[in-house]
Amino acid sequence: MTEAEQLLAASGLSVTRNGQTILNGIDVRIGRGEIVTLIGPNGAGKSTLVRALLGLEPITAGSIKRAENMTVGYQAQRLSIDPTLPLTVRRFLTLTRRADDGALRDMLGHVQLDADLGKSVHVLSGGELQRLQLARALLRDPDLLVLDEPTQNVDISGAVELYRLIQETRDTFNCAVLMVSHDLNVVMSATNRVYCLNNHICCSGRPAEVSRHPEFLRLFGQSAADMLAVYTHDHDHDHGPGGEIVQGHDHAPGDGHGHGHDHDHAH
Amino acid sequence: MLDDFLTRAVIAGFGVAVATGPLGCFVVWRRMAYFGDTLAHSALLGVALGFLIGISPTAGTIVTGIMIALALVWLQGRRTWSSDTLLGLLSHSALACGLIAVTFMDGVRVDLMAYLFGDILAVTSADILWIWSGAALITAIIFVLWRSLVALTVNEETALAEGIAARPIQFAFVILIALTVALAMKVIGILLITALLIIPPATARQFSATPEHMAVGAILTGALAVAAGLYGSFSWDTPAGPSIVAAAAALFAAGFLTKSLFSVILRG
Repeated sequence: MTEAEQLLAASGLSVTRNGQTILNGIDVRIGRGEIVTLIGPNGAGKSTLVRALLGLEPITAGSIKRAENMTVGYQAQRLSIDPTLPLTVRRFLTLTRRADDGALRDMLGHVQLDADLGKSVHVLSGGELQRLQLARALLRDPDLLVLDEPTQNVDISGAVELYRLIQETRDTFNCAVLMVSHDLNVVMSATNRVYCLNNHICCSGRPAEVSRHPEFLRLFGQSAADMLAVYTHDHDHDHGPGGEIVQGHDHAPGDGHGHGHDHDHAH
Repeated sequence: MLDDFLTRAVIAGFGVAVATGPLGCFVVWRRMAYFGDTLAHSALLGVALGFLIGISPTAGTIVTGIMIALALVWLQGRRTWSSDTLLGLLSHSALACGLIAVTFMDGVRVDLMAYLFGDILAVTSADILWIWSGAALITAIIFVLWRSLVALTVNEETALAEGIAARPIQFAFVILIALTVALAMKVIGILLITALLIIPPATARQFSATPEHMAVGAILTGALAVAAGLYGSFSWDTPAGPSIVAAAAALFAAGFLTKSLFSVILRG
């Protein structure tokens, strides 16, 4: 594989806040066309690392190299729009960049969101809002797409759908994807590199390698490693951490562990 | 002449409605009603300080508003108290200090009631010029910042990540509110300024699909409230500022009832 055009590279990155070390000696790189997943437990410093990489967090040590004029598209973890703010699908998609209705409809088609441009965003479901966010981010024609917990509030089949969409997006738009997740159950197989973070990089590599890594086992335990299903594009089976075939998604390891919550949104 | 002062009052009131409409939308969306109140309450202190150090009361008001906003940001950074508590602390102590400062000012005669409740019927041509140039400046700045401000309001995290510089924009926003308070003080009075920032946008919300609709709607309903309030004030000899606010509230209620009625009819 040829070396991808480097978009972001951090080396020896450290962040200390109020005398507490949040990130310590982090080495991370992201190239065009790559999908990079950042996993780690709550409080591991995932969002701090993303903020630092984007230049929003002062760093204490190390260096970050960013490609010049890099356009970032960002999908927030939770989008809660104040009900007093009237917003249509069209207006949401053009929040930061104007586009004509044809381009907007094409993009909605790409993310498979069936919604009228004049529809209020306040009536969309959590999953629809995620797709809408993705469409908006892609309309910026980003070099780097940052997705913060994209599968939260989405059930397992929704997550699988979403991973397929993200992979397709990478192929179509040739952008880099940086995905942040505390969901250790599913990491998409199209991921070029997984970084396992717990204030420092515990281990990194291809998804299947990470799930067998002793540091991963030490941090998350054998049960997490057993649950880590590497999602493959093949819909017949999933590969378990040991490479064994697990039949069907209904029996995929990790299924039924905290997915498919009920969501009561007050509107 | 009767017509003269009423005309001047209406023109001044329209100027205030133009300034408070779009800005008030952001106050509503960003849940900053109490913040607006705090800046308004600090205005009296600003008036007193203005007299004391020999600058105009308006300049004193703007400076005090900005100082209060900076104090708030600094105190929030310490994370010991909630924003709500800090606002209550700053708002009421600023008002109290303002009331005390005014009583100490011998040589200068300050019409306290006029500052607290507005004196729109004593608006001079010079006031109109100041209100409309202020309103034009505020509208121009809001217009330039509009897209970024809306994006920041919808989701700050996303806007920051995608390279919108939040700090200068938020700072400009605070200055705009301080400026609006100074502008609206004469017309509506310190105690009721926030009403013009909140009620017309809330009324417009009921009939708006986009932020832009709501901003224009807020200007129109604000202007309508000014006209109706002044007419009522003139007809029944009621105080002007409170009459305008009461008219704005009546418009909100009318809008709410109309909307509810329509949805009942539509549902059959």
